[in-house]
Amino acid sequence: MASWGEASESRLIGKRIPRLSGRDKVTGKAKYTFDINRPGMLYGRILRSEVAHANVVGVDLSEAEALPGVKAVIQIVEVGNKIRYQGQEIAAVAAETDDIAKDAIRLIRVDLEELPHVVTEADAMAEGAPQIRDDWTGNQSNPNVREEGDLAGGFAQAAVEVEATYHAPVQTHVCLETHGNVAEWEDEQNLTVWASTQGVFGVRNDLAGSFNLPANQVRVITEHMGGGFGSKFGPGVEGRRVAELARITGRPVKLMLTRKAEHLVAGNRPSMTQHVRAGATGDGRLIAYDMKGHGTGGISSGAGFQAPYVYHVPNRRTERVNVAVNVGNQRAMRAPGHPQGAFAMDSLMDELAEKLGMNPLEFRRINDTSEVRQAQYTLGAQEIGWHRRNSVPGAGKAVKKRGMGVGSGQWGGGGGRGTQARVTINSDGTVEAVTGTQDIGTGIRTAIAIIVAEEFGLAPTDIRVTVGDSGPGLPSGGSGGSQTTASVAPVIKTAAAAAKQKLFERIAPQLNAPVGDLRVGNRTIYVVSDRTKTIKWELATGQLGMDSISEGGEWDEELRQGGVAGTQFAEVEVDTETGAVRVIKIVAVQDCGLAINRLATESQINGGVIMGLGQALLEERFMDAQTGRMLNANLEDYKVPGTFEIPEIKSIVFDTHRKVTGVGEPPCIPTPGAIANAVYNAIGVRIRELPITPDKILTALAEKKA
Amino acid sequence: MPDKEKKQGTNISRRSFLKGVGTGTVAATVAPSVLIGGEKAADAQEGDAVASATIQLNINGKPYQVEVEARTTLLTVLRDGIDTSGNNVDLTGAKLICDRGECGGCTVMADGNPVYACMMLAMDAQDKQITTVEGLADGDDLHPVQEAFIQHDALMCGFCTPGFVVSSAALLSENAKPTLEEIKVGLSGNTCRCGTYPFIFDAVKTASKKM
Repeated sequence: MASWGEASESRLIGKRIPRLSGRDKVTGKAKYTFDINRPGMLYGRILRSEVAHANVVGVDLSEAEALPGVKAVIQIVEVGNKIRYQGQEIAAVAAETDDIAKDAIRLIRVDLEELPHVVTEADAMAEGAPQIRDDWTGNQSNPNVREEGDLAGGFAQAAVEVEATYHAPVQTHVCLETHGNVAEWEDEQNLTVWASTQGVFGVRNDLAGSFNLPANQVRVITEHMGGGFGSKFGPGVEGRRVAELARITGRPVKLMLTRKAEHLVAGNRPSMTQHVRAGATGDGRLIAYDMKGHGTGGISSGAGFQAPYVYHVPNRRTERVNVAVNVGNQRAMRAPGHPQGAFAMDSLMDELAEKLGMNPLEFRRINDTSEVRQAQYTLGAQEIGWHRRNSVPGAGKAVKKRGMGVGSGQWGGGGGRGTQARVTINSDGTVEAVTGTQDIGTGIRTAIAIIVAEEFGLAPTDIRVTVGDSGPGLPSGGSGGSQTTASVAPVIKTAAAAAKQKLFERIAPQLNAPVGDLRVGNRTIYVVSDRTKTIKWELATGQLGMDSISEGGEWDEELRQGGVAGTQFAEVEVDTETGAVRVIKIVAVQDCGLAINRLATESQINGGVIMGLGQALLEERFMDAQTGRMLNANLEDYKVPGTFEIPEIKSIVFDTHRKVTGVGEPPCIPTPGAIANAVYNAIGVRIRELPITPDKILTALAEKKA
Repeated sequence: MPDKEKKQGTNISRRSFLKGVGTGTVAATVAPSVLIGGEKAADAQEGDAVASATIQLNINGKPYQVEVEARTTLLTVLRDGIDTSGNNVDLTGAKLICDRGECGGCTVMADGNPVYACMMLAMDAQDKQITTVEGLADGDDLHPVQEAFIQHDALMCGFCTPGFVVSSAALLSENAKPTLEEIKVGLSGNTCRCGTYPFIFDAVKTASKKM
């Protein structure tokens, strides 16, 4: 049975190792899709609708086509079709320079017959609202109802009840490298695409289907990728259209979305509104939970959220609907459905605990069945200094008040089949590892090098890792669901072990030892029963000659495990005169399974916390009901965390077992709930709507006074 | 374009179109339909002075002759520029991210001062010594900031990293021993979405010890 061995035996796995791409990234040499400059390359741009809902009456491309430097103009939307949201694609151009492409799309004339739009949930749900989807009755989906236990019986046992409404608005991904591609046709049957994607093979298969090509005649390359967070699967409209522009012009074309389009059409985290009534028994057991909620994923559906979350409630009823609005579609965003669900649940937990007169941590301990989180509560409470917490929320007369809160999360991340990999030992002792996964910033490239180097007794920098290229024909799945490391690591590990076995078989006769007695460490192969028998790595591999070793790997269930638990504690300071919330410290205790690279894992936890902090305090998509447009489709008015917002973050890699689990998503889950509870603890006023902005704080404080 | 406002009778200029949509309808021509684009060629390029000029820029100690339009930014030259001998400038370390001087992804140094290359016209970069992230290292010897960024894993996807590296180097050249608060102020013009900030702060502190 394969295993990762004991921690004491690991030379590299679980240590803090700088990532292999670091040098290229700090020197500007790392080439992202956005940086690809191909000989003769044209620049593509897309004309998008500024109107949220309309019939297309006419499209005239002629003036754009006549502009010098324009090489192709294609119409995307047909006359008679409907525009359903701002940003919807109308036409695309390819031109000699980006500025000419910009000029050209301004020359396209589009006649639209405006239709009534709804861009806010309130408008969509209002009596007499215009229906915006042909396949629904009204603007709400059929309710999804789930029941368990005996709700009425549960409430009958409740000693305390809380009834409240929690809301989280739509958030956008804000990938710093916008979605986009560079497409180049070698001939009519062979297409190469540099794609900013989380799934090179998904993009390859989609484009092969779209252009009726054999899959092996489409090559997709993603050497480096500037952020996806769940929004970059598939080539999208822009990917298919840039390939079309390249085919028409016979030249490579680059088409990256503008920052504005990125906000409008490249995905978002759906909103959540939930009205909850919940009860707990006098001894602190959650006993009944009744939730009616809705959210919008734009013109599509997909606005699910977790409710109840983490804590066990035996008697419950939940009812959810999707609300359609004339806005671009949602896409998966880092732990879809979880952070907003956790915010509502953890807020509710604190409200119930207060009614019970119970410490919120104690209340959680009673209702949390996860042993891992029980241990994390203890560790996190120590780290934050939970005993210093305000016993009376909002007590004192100070202008700036401090408070502490706690939140929890859970995730899967156990990986799955579908990765092919190859590890090659060359006769000069160099080693290559190839697989079709992609490094979206999480550091899988380095994790692969660590695993192979551990197996071979080499350094991670000795391993040449190729990922992000469908060319070698070694598929791997898309990087989503925190599945990458857990999917890839077992296959790399077994490939490296198989290659090592082959090398040992060649060398064993020379060392006069059975193959099973051979070990490798510190660039030397040795016999475990007689340490005087050794051969240097390069001398051993030198005997391979032309007959180098190249082995594939296999999926191995035993090397990975799904299911992680996390807990975060927040300390905040609220200025009761300005309403500003400053997060002082976050303690993030994150169950990670076996962390291949502890340093990169800490980076992931930091990053999750910071994205969660953005959701808690800053981020919100604003739609203008009147014009149907997004008001903050830029980086000035759509606020993401900057240096001033960053608290002290104590990221604790909480080792639980020696099997690989993904951890990309879970650290962003508990943060908003922990911060919201800390704000309440500071000022004694609860904000049930994210983001917790100064206006909400001041209004709530004023209402309390009044 | 002196006659640009006169065009309203025959067509709708971008400017009047934008005025119109502010109130939700366009009354000028074809109500109830709405027009997008549909400008005359001359209007599309209004004020953009399509006429070009050849200028010389000094980037990372090397002279570059490039043909630019008045509207061409320094960032466009760095990333997409082609010099007069037909070679790509190809300095793609600086990134276009927000396109409006908000995120710092395009930060370079002009005479040692950090500037947003997306907000500086190429013509205004003449007579300045431009240093990009590609020009920070001394051959194979990385700048202490670069070394420290690698050591501390002060990067994840790495797309914002060139901007942060240049801003950090500029900060340390002004203030060799910054406090944490001074680091936050010095890097406040840069945005990261992966959330690498804590390790960036650590990296700048480490680099400051080597300056």
